[in-house]
Amino acid sequence: MTESSATRATLESQILALLVEVAPDVDPSAVRPELSFRDQFDFDSMDSFNFAIALSRHFGIDIPERDYRQLSSLEGCAAYLRHRLPTAG
Amino acid sequence: MPSLGADMEGGTLVEWRVRPGSRVRRGDVVALVETEKGIIDIESFDEGVVERLIVEPGTRVPVGAALALLEGEAAQPEHARRVSPAARAKAAALGIDPASVEGSGPQGAVTLEDIERAATRAPVPRTAAPPARDAMRRAIAASMSRSKREIPHYYLQLAMDFGPATGWLERYNRARPVPERLLAPVLFIKAAARAAATGEGFNGYFGANGFEPAKSVHVGVAVALRGGGLVAPAILDADRKPLATIMRELQELVGRVRSGHMRSSEVASATLTVTSLGDEGADILYPVIHPPQVAIVGFGSVLTRPWVVAGRIEPQPVINLSLAADHRASDGRRGAQFLTRIRDALSRPEQL
Repeated sequence: MTESSATRATLESQILALLVEVAPDVDPSAVRPELSFRDQFDFDSMDSFNFAIALSRHFGIDIPERDYRQLSSLEGCAAYLRHRLPTAG
Repeated sequence: MPSLGADMEGGTLVEWRVRPGSRVRRGDVVALVETEKGIIDIESFDEGVVERLIVEPGTRVPVGAALALLEGEAAQPEHARRVSPAARAKAAALGIDPASVEGSGPQGAVTLEDIERAATRAPVPRTAAPPARDAMRRAIAASMSRSKREIPHYYLQLAMDFGPATGWLERYNRARPVPERLLAPVLFIKAAARAAATGEGFNGYFGANGFEPAKSVHVGVAVALRGGGLVAPAILDADRKPLATIMRELQELVGRVRSGHMRSSEVASATLTVTSLGDEGADILYPVIHPPQVAIVGFGSVLTRPWVVAGRIEPQPVINLSLAADHRASDGRRGAQFLTRIRDALSRPEQL
């Protein structure tokens, strides 16, 4: 595993841990990165809100409301965080 | 065993949260009970010291049966409970303890009708527990079938420009960190509660004596469960709470629904229900009234639609409000006024 793919796995596993914190009934091993949480797990606006709170707290960043839609899938979320947190790889 | 819904026949005691000798206050969680709505935290409706636990965990118990005895109850049964003389006589004849029946009369008084309602709940046969999801689907089917069978629904819908509300929410949220922001359903709940508080025929219950308006506005919020199913626990006194309080309570409520820790006081107390589609993309919903309530207000998705502004057609965020109401309690004219009040409240979100 190269250094950058190790970092990627770490970021994604952190996101999955927060996802399970918000929605304990979600099986993290079943998450398909490209599909929206809404289509996979019936995520609603309250789930998205709680997920944004968890990400904001964990990564220590403010997330403007207009950015929420970029957090709708694992892939989108990781891309957004990489953009906001350059050190996350 | 408290009634946690019009169609609840009984529940299974899962776990005690108190022991003999424990001091309990009104509202303390004393036990966990499994129902078709999931596991509910049962709150004490009295205070005192637990003298004896009557029911063992794992036992299925019909609504109205005693679960535990608080010290002093045996010495003075029915203390502090108002029971009408007719209800007392009927309860004695039927072998029902009036103290175990939830009162619907003034100041929680137990009426003859309450006793008769408790008596119609036959003891529940013990069977192997079916999967919870099937049980919930059956409970929804029973309640909604009863609604469609008994309630003469009428429906109204009203489209409105949601631009002012969207703009206000954006400004409100932009100035705040993530945890302090509001979601649109909070505006729906407050607007419907305000409109219901001043209206007739939409907030309360339909019982054997016809429509009985409720003094408080407890707004049931339809919450979908992942993988199917739906429950509608209440935000109490929603007409009198600030938006930030409703938001916090809604967040906690949804969390409790999905983790299976709804409280008995919020499960069956709704006097009116609100349901919204979120961003699912349908223009409008035609909801089914939850008996014994008499109205349910629906909020479709907020969608960009052509809208006439000062004589010109412009794209605007538009939302459809809908009302399903009970013709035994109100008519279309009152219903239209009710929906108009909700629209007007949502048009001035800064005043909510």
